[in-house]
Amino acid sequence: MTRTGHDRRWSARGIAAALTMLLALLLALPAATGSAFAQVNPTTEAVREEQLMQALDRVTGRVSIPDRKAATLIQVEGQEWRAYHERTLAWIGGIAILGMLAVLAVFFLVRGRIRTEAGPSGRTIVRFRWFERFVHWLTASCFVILALSGLNVAFGKSLLLPLIGPEAFSTFSMAAKYAHNYLSFPFTLGLVLMFFIWALRNIPSRVDVTWFAQGGGIVGKAHPPAGKFNAGQKMLFWLVILVGAAIAVSGYILLFPFYGTTIAGMQTAQVVHGLLGVLLTAVILGHIYIGTLGMEGAFDAMGNGEVDLNWARQHHSLWVAEEERKATADGKHGVPPTAVPAE
Amino acid sequence: MARLKFLCDADRCIECNACVTACKNENEVPWGINRRRVVTINDGKPGERSISMACMHCTDAPCKAVCPVDCFYNTADGIVLHSKDLCIGCGYCFYACPFGAPQYPRVGNFGSRGKMDKCTYCAGGPEPDLTAAEYQKYGANRIAEGKLPLCAEMCSTKSLLAGDGEIIAAIYKERVLKRGYGSGAWGWKTAYRETIDV
Repeated sequence: MTRTGHDRRWSARGIAAALTMLLALLLALPAATGSAFAQVNPTTEAVREEQLMQALDRVTGRVSIPDRKAATLIQVEGQEWRAYHERTLAWIGGIAILGMLAVLAVFFLVRGRIRTEAGPSGRTIVRFRWFERFVHWLTASCFVILALSGLNVAFGKSLLLPLIGPEAFSTFSMAAKYAHNYLSFPFTLGLVLMFFIWALRNIPSRVDVTWFAQGGGIVGKAHPPAGKFNAGQKMLFWLVILVGAAIAVSGYILLFPFYGTTIAGMQTAQVVHGLLGVLLTAVILGHIYIGTLGMEGAFDAMGNGEVDLNWARQHHSLWVAEEERKATADGKHGVPPTAVPAE
Repeated sequence: MARLKFLCDADRCIECNACVTACKNENEVPWGINRRRVVTINDGKPGERSISMACMHCTDAPCKAVCPVDCFYNTADGIVLHSKDLCIGCGYCFYACPFGAPQYPRVGNFGSRGKMDKCTYCAGGPEPDLTAAEYQKYGANRIAEGKLPLCAEMCSTKSLLAGDGEIIAAIYKERVLKRGYGSGAWGWKTAYRETIDV
């Protein structure tokens, strides 16, 4: 009881003291407001979107879910990628492909079909053996489907979708996507095999300088000497190998999302893939032209593998001479040597 | 007609993740997909803020612009929806989206990621409203029922606001004026090309 009494008395004193202090605080408050609130102002250090955006162009934090990718709150690069995909790539692709078709059309009208000047000789020479042709057509058939399905991703919604309607277009695009994804493997295999069977023959040499100096025979009437592959074909070869490799690598990055890449990495891969894809397509259009419509006798090289001897002399004189030397050295008549008259 | 938007008042968000859970439950979201997530910026440091983020239903949406099969569409209220029947799962919307909203049900390669899934603003999809087919593909259609997205409706601190852009902007503005601070309408500049000036 005494204790309680004591406490009460103590409490009463305490309350009085507290009240006095509170009174003092209240009186002092107006003067202290500014500084007291500045110390706990939650805005002073609060993160603001604008500052983070200016510093990094993206805002990243922490998430409590296992998906680490979700920690990126805002990434603005997507807007740039969109501008590239919807405008830049469409323009570059359109100009490259339509431009190439226009150039080829004009060239055909001006120059016409390049004829074998001496006419057919009736004798043929083996230009590409079955394995070489197999590798060529493996790569070529894959490329045509890859290019068309790739162009569908870029231009299909503006060109094809209005014609066949959304359902049919979606079904087609889905099939095209799978074709695009899976045919990348035989295409890459074709690239590797092409490199091994033709790389040595495509090493630039001094003859190529003359070939370029005489406009490759494309411009003018000259027939610059050339080995198995002329300088133009060598350029095409290395373009296909190097650009093809870049397209393959960037494509596989897109095929395996988030394997060693971030979203920025995939955007870059798509930029490279799309850009090189449309450019290589334009180049290959030129290749298809000269191998079929543009030059008499050229298709046989990849068709049945045997070309007319006069055609070979006109376009690949050094190669014919080399084959003839080989044939005489071996004492074989597989390749008809010029010295021996036709039976 | 209203222009429906989301606004997360980061000064109120307590990172309880209830919006995430509510969304998953209401829409039966597949495993591995979070249509909504809470990101904490400057975690554990002074000035830490948490922001609940999902598809912002952008004006002139990047996903819609880049889709190669044009499977996105806008509702009359400005909600960005897509058709899973048309989607080919290419991943382009995901490259373009500033908010990481598009996600895929499978982590597989070779384009086998499946149909894209994202926040629908609880507005279902192109199927007839409130049908089983719509629910199975897109989740709830609370908009058709006259309700707002569940994440915002059940937010315990009313940090996450959903509704007409002008109205939620006015609410946010009033809050900022009253309490004297605000860390901004996160994502608004990117999504709607506007911000809330207080």
